[in-house]
Amino acid sequence: MITIHHYLGLSALLFTLGLLGLVIRKNLIIMLMCIEVLMNAVNLSFIAIARYLNLMDGHVVSFFVMAVAAAEAAVGLAILVVLFRNRQTLQSSDYHLLRG
Amino acid sequence: MITILLKILVPFLVIFQIIPLLVWAERKGSAFIQDRHGPNRASFGGLRLGGLLHSLADVIKLISKEDIIPSHVHKPFYLLAPFMALLVACVTFAVIPFAHPLMIDGKAFTFQAADLNVGVLYILSMSSLGVFGVMLGGWASNNKYALLGSVRSSAQMISYEIAMGLSLLTIILMSGSLELNSIVALQGVNPLNWNIFKQPLAWIIFTTAAFAETNRNPFDLPEGESELVAGFHVEYSSMKFGMFFMAEYAHIIIASALISTLFFGGWQIPFLSTEVVQSHADLGLLIFLVVHLVLFLMIGLKLLSKYKKGRYGDNRDNEVLILGSLFSALALGIAALTFFFAPFHLGDLGSQIFTAVLQVGIFLGKILFFCWFFIWIRWTLPRFRFDQLMKLGWKILLPLALANLILTAVWLVL
Amino acid sequence: MTETVLFYIFSSITVLMVLLMIFQTNPIASAMFLVFAFFSLAALYVLLQAPFVAMLQIMVYAGAVMVLFIFVIMLLNLHRDELERERFHWKQAGLIAMALAFAGFLINHFVKIPVLPFREVSASFGEVASVGKVLFSDYVIPFELTSILILVAVIGAVLLGKKELE
Repeated sequence: MITIHHYLGLSALLFTLGLLGLVIRKNLIIMLMCIEVLMNAVNLSFIAIARYLNLMDGHVVSFFVMAVAAAEAAVGLAILVVLFRNRQTLQSSDYHLLRG
Repeated sequence: MITILLKILVPFLVIFQIIPLLVWAERKGSAFIQDRHGPNRASFGGLRLGGLLHSLADVIKLISKEDIIPSHVHKPFYLLAPFMALLVACVTFAVIPFAHPLMIDGKAFTFQAADLNVGVLYILSMSSLGVFGVMLGGWASNNKYALLGSVRSSAQMISYEIAMGLSLLTIILMSGSLELNSIVALQGVNPLNWNIFKQPLAWIIFTTAAFAETNRNPFDLPEGESELVAGFHVEYSSMKFGMFFMAEYAHIIIASALISTLFFGGWQIPFLSTEVVQSHADLGLLIFLVVHLVLFLMIGLKLLSKYKKGRYGDNRDNEVLILGSLFSALALGIAALTFFFAPFHLGDLGSQIFTAVLQVGIFLGKILFFCWFFIWIRWTLPRFRFDQLMKLGWKILLPLALANLILTAVWLVL
Repeated sequence: MTETVLFYIFSSITVLMVLLMIFQTNPIASAMFLVFAFFSLAALYVLLQAPFVAMLQIMVYAGAVMVLFIFVIMLLNLHRDELERERFHWKQAGLIAMALAFAGFLINHFVKIPVLPFREVSASFGEVASVGKVLFSDYVIPFELTSILILVAVIGAVLLGKKELE
């Protein structure tokens, strides 16, 4: 019997894994991908609660989250391309000019 | 359970049977357009079958070739890419309806593997996934030319997806539903009511985008044989190349099936609606059998009359004899069947099955016509340059599709 | 019964793929694992009777966003042999994992929501028409704003990606 807790727990687990990946990895592209995982975990939570409460609003908000995530991925990757062109590296530990 | 497995298996098998036919049609068709004979040498015990056996020879050659995996490739994606290309083409067939749903014991038996309510969205998603096979194949090959070809090809595919989606939107607006069954049913039996006449611009845009999605001439610069030495599949040998090859033809079959479903009425027989055929099924079966009888008899007698001993001096003489007698025997068999069992008394289920058989036949005929259309255009038009290709996709097709969408929406409101 | 089995299969595939994605050195391998994770998430959406969102997930995330990622990785030519081996901060990771596990345990103990079953939904729940009805009536302003947002993102990405002409 699958209850709402199963889906919410899965969403929390995915969010945790995405957060873990974001903190551990230093490669900027992998970090952007972990941000996508975060947004997908939130999406799953929205859809599960929409099903639980018989409301369509969860689907609509999930649609918006997807649109925003796509736009953010596009702009983030553009920034990444510019960074790579200037520094030739994508390790976040190499961007330490402001570290004083 | 069994019906679902059958429904999954049958379209899969349909694709794999039409692919050798398409390979043969491509070679013979291109030869016909270029005013030459085409391949007619592969024979099996004297039977040449007009070059059909060349497809079988191709398969045997590709399977028995040495499977070379170069040492510098990235192995997991090198092995995955052909499968992804072929898989995407095959799973799109799950939502395409082959015939009007049968009513067995009050439950509808649809001729689709999955009667999705979001059928058209599924097709768009699967065509978006087609980009992966090409990209991974090029990147994993660790070869500059392959990478260049795959980057070009994926740029082309994602550019034309937008025009394809927008032109599909107008069809959805006209039909009011995303289900492919409803789109086909709404087109009715009058050919003047089919979507091609209601939305001709959408048809042109969709066909052009389909040509670009399948990397097919005039958009085949990514695999252009004179520019990039086979593009993204240059490092592939034997059966993996065979899979890319099959995947291209499978994409052509899918594109033809989609064009005929969305614009040309799918399984609708012109001027004969499902109810008409079902109520006159007995007469229909008689006419069907008599027409086939006459056709086979004529073919058989013509082939038999062409027999001239000593024309080739070896086994090839007997080919016309064998084929002629085969067709004549078939004709006699059908005659026996007709005269022993006439008049027919098909029950309710029988007439439904007969209607479904006719509709599947018409649908396959439409698919094969559009496959021939693809082949015809390939050998007629010259290739686009890459910047012309991108300009066409973004600056011409996209505004046209948007204008079409806005006009249709305004026209529907008024 | 089938729903239970399918849920466990697809959720374990998702978690496994996300884990594999995090611990890969090759960025294209990470991207492909993420694509498979998105696929299994779409399957979970279908289980939750949301076919429209599932198809959107495959079309937008797996079909467009990940293609963009792989494109950028291919264009920047990040081959596996050019990547340095990253050092994982195991201590940091372990601390975070322990903190999150403790938080989960706390949440589980002190926030005991009574387990109510899923409410009954109609057959047209999650279909395109239902989403469209809510989208264009209650949420029409965010819809228009999202379109402006995407336009701004497109302009921004093109501007950022342009090479400076000498």
